[in-house]
Amino acid sequence: MKVAIASGKGGTGKTTIAVNLAWCLADTNRKVQYIDCDVEEPNGHFFLSPYFFEKIPACVMVPVIDQGKCTSCGECSGKCQFNAIVRLPGNTLMFPELCHGCGLCLHVCPTKAISEAEREIGRVETGTGWGGIQFAHGILNVGEPMPNPLIRQVKQQGLEEYIQVIDAPPGTSCPFVETISDADLVILVTEPTPFGLHDLKISVSVAQARGKSVCVVINRENGVFQPLDTFLEEQQLKVLARLPEDRRVAEVYSGGGLLLESLPEYHQYFSAIADEVFRKSAEIGYLSAGVQSCKKL
Amino acid sequence: MKIAVTTSGDFLAAPLDSRFGRAARFLIYDTETKTFQMIDNAQNLNAPQGAGIQAAQTVANVGSNAVITGHCGPKAFRVLQAAGIKIYNCNATTVEEALQQLEDGKLQVASDADVEGHW
Repeated sequence: MKVAIASGKGGTGKTTIAVNLAWCLADTNRKVQYIDCDVEEPNGHFFLSPYFFEKIPACVMVPVIDQGKCTSCGECSGKCQFNAIVRLPGNTLMFPELCHGCGLCLHVCPTKAISEAEREIGRVETGTGWGGIQFAHGILNVGEPMPNPLIRQVKQQGLEEYIQVIDAPPGTSCPFVETISDADLVILVTEPTPFGLHDLKISVSVAQARGKSVCVVINRENGVFQPLDTFLEEQQLKVLARLPEDRRVAEVYSGGGLLLESLPEYHQYFSAIADEVFRKSAEIGYLSAGVQSCKKL
Repeated sequence: MKIAVTTSGDFLAAPLDSRFGRAARFLIYDTETKTFQMIDNAQNLNAPQGAGIQAAQTVANVGSNAVITGHCGPKAFRVLQAAGIKIYNCNATTVEEALQQLEDGKLQVASDADVEGHW
């Protein structure tokens, strides 16, 4: 069971919701894994304090061109969708940082002048955090422009019989799409502001275009923001919880604390979100509420 | 000698485009015949990545010997250099003004990229 916590706009409270939801689920004796796919700025570990027992280099395959065999025909550079190869007369140049590792160039090269080599772009770390929560995250090397291959490798750490709480990167572009690609449920965290709503609309359309079940959590609510309610109603989106604007939340967060430990009254919001996770897991055939291990049927 | 100049227009008095990879067009001026041709760069305007690289390949493929533009990033620079094309950074207002500055020897060959990628 995979639950992705995402938002278009940054800073809406994805990580706050994700770490506390993981904690809340673990508190019901379920097997929970927290997967931080925000590989450009992972921060879930500040809250769940995992002990990492494995650190794995993450590599992408990049083409290596044998200039002796290359005839500068331009097949590879013409077919590369990522502009990573340039054909010049007598010289074919490769830009590894733009390569997505799809391998098409190897396939189309008529003289078999292209082979593959590994290039490290970051690392994946796995461990165990508070409450026995299994933990995995990825750290992209500084200067690397493409998080997607690393996001895929972080997600490969997902444990089948666990409820996987996946913290998505902000935004609505490729990293977001990659993160939610196999999620069973996408929870979009938004704030009741014009910016929050603008990006929520994009996130909803992207997630729905991917055929995802989408629910919404409103964070930092302070009075009524009618345009958001109108949008949610029009789209018939389920709102799982509305967390109030509360300075104490910011204080707990800045100290690396869990809301559920410091502010027990917030339990109501997270159990409402957890209920939706249980409902969805029952719907897709994972054993639901009250069962210790969430083994797939 | 063929000189590629970045521009938003399609005539000699058109403005010089300060961007290389995402310039609208290249005016390719032939110093021997005193004529020019236009090369469209529209497909690169919206390229998610690698616009400079493709633009460099485009000007190399038409046989340019030199490029005059506002700024050139590191990836485009590497391609142009590999293709043996000289790069001149220039802040002239129009294409013909830029060409005149080159002819008058007022432009220096760039020894490195003068901006970061995606500037």
